[in-house]
Amino acid sequence: MPEMTYLEAIRQALWQEMKRDERVFLLGEDIGVYGGAFGLTHGMLDEFGPERVRETPISEATIVATAVGASLLGMRPVAEIMFMDFVLLALDQIANQAAKMRFMFGGRTSVPIVVRMPGGSGTGAASQHSQSLESILMHFPGLKVVNPSTPYDAKGLMLASIRDPNPVCFVEHKVLYKTKGEVPEDDYMIPIGVAEVKRAGRDITVVANNIMVMKTLHIAERLAQDGIEVEVIDPRTLLPLDTETIINSVTKTGRLLVVHEACQTGGWAGEVIASVVGSPAFDYLDTPVRRLGGRDIPIPYNRGLEKFAIPQDADIEAEIRMMVAGKV
Amino acid sequence: MAKPKVKEINTQADFDERVRRLELSDETLIGLYRTMCTVRHFEYTADRLYAAGKVHGTMHLSAGQEAVAAGTRLALQPDDYLINHHRGHGHFIAKGADVNLMMAEFLGKDTGFNHGRGGSMHIADFQSNNLGANGIVGGGIPQAVGVGLALQMQRRKEICVCIFGDGASNEGVFHEALNMASLWKLPILYICENNKYGMSMDVERVVAKLPIAQRAEAYGIPWSTVDGNAVVEVYEAIKEAADHVRAGNGPYFVEALTYRYFGHSKSDRNLYRSKEEIEDWKQNRDPIMRFTKHLLQAEVLNEEQAREVDAQAEQVILKAVEFAEASPEPDLSTLMDYIYA
Repeated sequence: MPEMTYLEAIRQALWQEMKRDERVFLLGEDIGVYGGAFGLTHGMLDEFGPERVRETPISEATIVATAVGASLLGMRPVAEIMFMDFVLLALDQIANQAAKMRFMFGGRTSVPIVVRMPGGSGTGAASQHSQSLESILMHFPGLKVVNPSTPYDAKGLMLASIRDPNPVCFVEHKVLYKTKGEVPEDDYMIPIGVAEVKRAGRDITVVANNIMVMKTLHIAERLAQDGIEVEVIDPRTLLPLDTETIINSVTKTGRLLVVHEACQTGGWAGEVIASVVGSPAFDYLDTPVRRLGGRDIPIPYNRGLEKFAIPQDADIEAEIRMMVAGKV
Repeated sequence: MAKPKVKEINTQADFDERVRRLELSDETLIGLYRTMCTVRHFEYTADRLYAAGKVHGTMHLSAGQEAVAAGTRLALQPDDYLINHHRGHGHFIAKGADVNLMMAEFLGKDTGFNHGRGGSMHIADFQSNNLGANGIVGGGIPQAVGVGLALQMQRRKEICVCIFGDGASNEGVFHEALNMASLWKLPILYICENNKYGMSMDVERVVAKLPIAQRAEAYGIPWSTVDGNAVVEVYEAIKEAADHVRAGNGPYFVEALTYRYFGHSKSDRNLYRSKEEIEDWKQNRDPIMRFTKHLLQAEVLNEEQAREVDAQAEQVILKAVEFAEASPEPDLSTLMDYIYA
C-alpha cells in the first residue's frame, strides 16, 4: 500500500471524486496556482480548470453560501476555509442556513456541501490562526463534524463526506498535514459517525482527536513497557458522536480520560464524559472521569508559550499514570 | 448607466402608452390585478387569523407591496429560481405557490409546505424552484451566488431572482455577494424591495447614500430604480433587467420603492411613523387602487368585473383557510424528522 501524507490523502480524495463525479467542484481563497495556503489543492487547477477549482475573493460567508446555493441545484461543492478561525466569519451560513435548511423546509431539500477547514496550533500562527473550534460546530443539529487523525481516515472520510447528503464540516489539523501513513489508491469510505479503537487496552480508555490521537498512541507504547495498557479511541466524527464505542470501552477499562487541543471550557470532552457517566458504564468506573483540554487562553505566538497552551506528552502521561494508580 | 427617475404617480396617458409598447393584453393585465388582489387578501386574512389567536408565531405582511410581486413575476419565466426575504408571501403567491399549502404552513399544519416546521418566514416550494424565504436578513443574498453559479456551470437558461429589503443592503454579505456575482457574470437579478423601513429604522437614517441601487455601481452591476407601487412600471423595469441577465451579461440590480401597511411584525406598534404617513400611502399611492383606476379608464374591465375578480381572489384565500384549519397538526412523534437527509 502506498504511503502518503495526510495532506496528500485529502488531495487524492478530492481529485478522485472530481474525476468520478462532475458535480463536485472546489471553491475557496488562493486554491488555484497557489494551491491553497497549505498546498493541499496544488496541481488541481491544471487538472480541472478554473471553473471547478474556483478561486474566490476573501469573502468567507459568501464562499460557504455559494456552496449552499449551488448544492440546492444538485452540485456537490467542497469549500475551503483557509484557516478554521475564519469559519467564524461564515458561521451564519453554516449554522443558521446550511444546518437548518432541510429541517426548516420540512425535509424537502438537502444541503450536500463539505466545508474544509484546517485548525490547530503548533505553527506559530498566533491567536487568530490556531484555534480548534470543532466543539462550537457540534452545537448545530443538521451539521456533521468530521475530524480525521490519519491519512487513511482522512481520505476515506473525505470521500464519505462529499457523498453525504448533509452539510459536513471537515476539520483538518495543520500539524497533521505532513504526517505519513498507508493509504490505498482505491475508492473507499470511512463511515461518518463511527469511532475507531486505535489501540486496544484493558486499563484505561483515552478518547482523543486529531494530533492528540498520535500523542496518546505514542505514550501508550511507553506505558505498555510499565504494564499499563491504554485503549485509545479516535471518534473520527464529533457530530454525530459514536458514544456506543466509547461506552463499551469504558465498561471494559473502568477509566476514562478525554484529551483534546480545543480550550477545555465548553470543549467536546464534556459531551463525551456526560454520555459515559449518564450510561450504565458509570457503574464500571473505578476512578473519577477526567479531561485534559487546551488551556483556556488564546493561542500565544511564542514557541514555548504556544507549546504549553495545549496538552503535552508529559501531561497526558502523568494524567494516565495518576488515574491508573487511583490517585485522582 | 441608466438612472431613470422615479415618477411617483403616473398618468393615464403614461399607463396607456406603456401597455401599448409592452404589448400587454387585457388578459395579462387582469392576471396582474388578480395576483395583487390574491396577495392583498392573503395578507389581510393572515392578520385576521392572527388577531383571532389562530397563529402561533410571527408574520411579516406585505400588504402595500403587491405590485412588486406581481410585476416581477410577469417579467420572469416560470422555471426561474427565486430566493426570497422574510416578507415573502406576495412573491410566493405570484410565483404560483399553492395558497392552501402556504396557509397551512402559516397555521403550522402538517400539510403545509414545510410540514409546520418553518411557518411564515421559511416557506419554500422546491418543485417550483422557489428556494425559500430567510429569517436572517440578507441570508439568502449570498446563496443566490451559488444558485447563479450552478446555473452557469450547468449551462442552463434559467436565472436566479434574489429579492431582499432595504435593510439587507447593509449586511456585509450583500457586498460580498454583489462583488462575486459581478466578477463571475452570474445570471442573478437582484431586486431590492425598499419599503422605507428596516423594522423601525428609516432607510434615510441607515443608508449613507441613496438610492440603494447605486451601490451596485461599485461592483460594475447595471441598476435602475422603479416606482414599486406601479405594477406595469415594475414589470417593465424587471423585464429589462431580466433580459439583460438572461442574455448572459451578468447580474442586474433593480430597486423598487414601495411601502408596507402593516407593522414590521406582530410586535410593531408603529411608533416610528405617523398615521398620516400610512394613510397617505393607502389613500393616494396604493398599488391596487392605482392599477384599478388605470384599468377602468382604459376599459380593460368595468367596476363590476373588477369587483368580481377581487371576490374570486378572496374566495381562493378563504378556501385556503378552510383547508388549513381542517388540516392536522404534525404528529409529535415526528419531532426528530427532517434533521438529516
